Amino acid sequence: MAQGNNSIKKILIVAFALCIVCSVIVSTAAVALRPTQQLNQELDRKTNILNVARLYEPGMDVEEAFREQITARVVELETGDYSDEFDPDTYDGFEAARDPATGRTLSGDRDIAGLSRVENYATVYLVGDEENPDQIVLPIRGQGLWGRMMGFLSVEGDGNTIVSITYYDHSETPGLGAEVNNPRWQAQWEGKEIYDEEGDLSPAIHLTKGGASNENEVDALSGATLTSNGVTNMLQFWLSEEGFGPYLAKFRDGTEPEDAENTDTDFEDGEGA
Amino acid sequence: MADVNAKSVLTAPIFQNNPIALQILGICSALAVTTSMSVSLVMALAVIFVTSLSNFFVSLIRNHIPSAIRIIVQMTIIASLVIVVDQILKAYAYEMSKQLSVFVGLIITNCIVMGRAEGFAMSNTPGMSFLDGIGNGLGYGFVLMVVGFFRELLGAGSVFGFTILPTVQNGGWYVPNGLLLLPPSAFFIIGLLIWVLRSVNPEQVEENEFKMKENSKPQEAV
Repeated sequence: MAQGNNSIKKILIVAFALCIVCSVIVSTAAVALRPTQQLNQELDRKTNILNVARLYEPGMDVEEAFREQITARVVELETGDYSDEFDPDTYDGFEAARDPATGRTLSGDRDIAGLSRVENYATVYLVGDEENPDQIVLPIRGQGLWGRMMGFLSVEGDGNTIVSITYYDHSETPGLGAEVNNPRWQAQWEGKEIYDEEGDLSPAIHLTKGGASNENEVDALSGATLTSNGVTNMLQFWLSEEGFGPYLAKFRDGTEPEDAENTDTDFEDGEGA
Repeated sequence: MADVNAKSVLTAPIFQNNPIALQILGICSALAVTTSMSVSLVMALAVIFVTSLSNFFVSLIRNHIPSAIRIIVQMTIIASLVIVVDQILKAYAYEMSKQLSVFVGLIITNCIVMGRAEGFAMSNTPGMSFLDGIGNGLGYGFVLMVVGFFRELLGAGSVFGFTILPTVQNGGWYVPNGLLLLPPSAFFIIGLLIWVLRSVNPEQVEENEFKMKENSKPQEAV
């Protein structure tokens, strides 16, 4: 038996049979479970958006609350106007940043958040009335201490006052940097202001050590200087001219962001619903 | 392994022949995932699933595995099972899989799984191998739970997410020990655990294989 097992024929048969059996098992599991996994990811994203808008309560129906209260729109970052070029439900800014057609490379000194590439269009989530939203939820990301941090920042309808911040994907040190998701720390953000002068596109909001003294400062995380720097940098980036600055400026001076001129693509009818 | 009976195969790896405490295998993942008890528990269940089933399947086809490619065959079976576990966690325990992140995938490289497949399943019947896999998974899980208990209790003031010692950050009195949330602290706890286990079972103490020569005269040191 042992002799026969080591013949080339037997080795090939065993290897092939094993590969086929294993690949069938693995691909069955992957294909069968994919819908549930995507549902989970979607639910997680929606929960985080509701959470940062302070609408989330444990046990609520996330899907329904999201459908009723939140509208997703795609914004062209450069002009700050809405765009109908992409479907907000499927558009993924992070993927788009990597594509040369929909993203651009950031040069060294402008890349303060450590992104290296940024998308030209980003998804925003409007809470309440679409024309005159109560809150605007903006996706933010940037480099923390150990890796990329992905999160949401919610801003009131005036385009300047912060409601809350949350991170849904990060790898910061538990107990130190990971305290970014501590509700007590998040609560400090409420009422803070992004910009200190009218008409200015450079954000003043930052984390500071030793206690916040004005409405542009938030107390930094103790023992997590580099995570705090990362949070400051990504806010400075995403709220500046490079990010959502032009978009938020329209809310600040009262001119609403315009819809795109060519509204040929209508996603409502796209799927024959 | 002279006598192979179901009970000893199942229970011996928990205290007498613990894969982490005695064989010092699978330390890396024990350092990484033990920051909280719930994460440790899921990781332990995942490892039990993988060790038991990989042992079972390896043993099932052991008479047909050519010895020249036996490691690759074992690896393929283990890797397939790990991917299945990872997919199941992503579908039904999404929060947990986010916390475990890469460490579920790294079960593939966990020495315990491979060690049991090669050391036990290749020479025993499928039923026994299955039990042996569960036993070793339990041994691994036991250490994980003990380490996770101390790290979560002293590092975050809670057990399974329930607050036991209210921390200063949340308005309580307990100043959590941040070191315990970092991987190195698991080394200390595993070290202390090994000390305890070997004090209870002195026969586990290894012989001192490495003897340092005494320096009686200064020139010997040079």
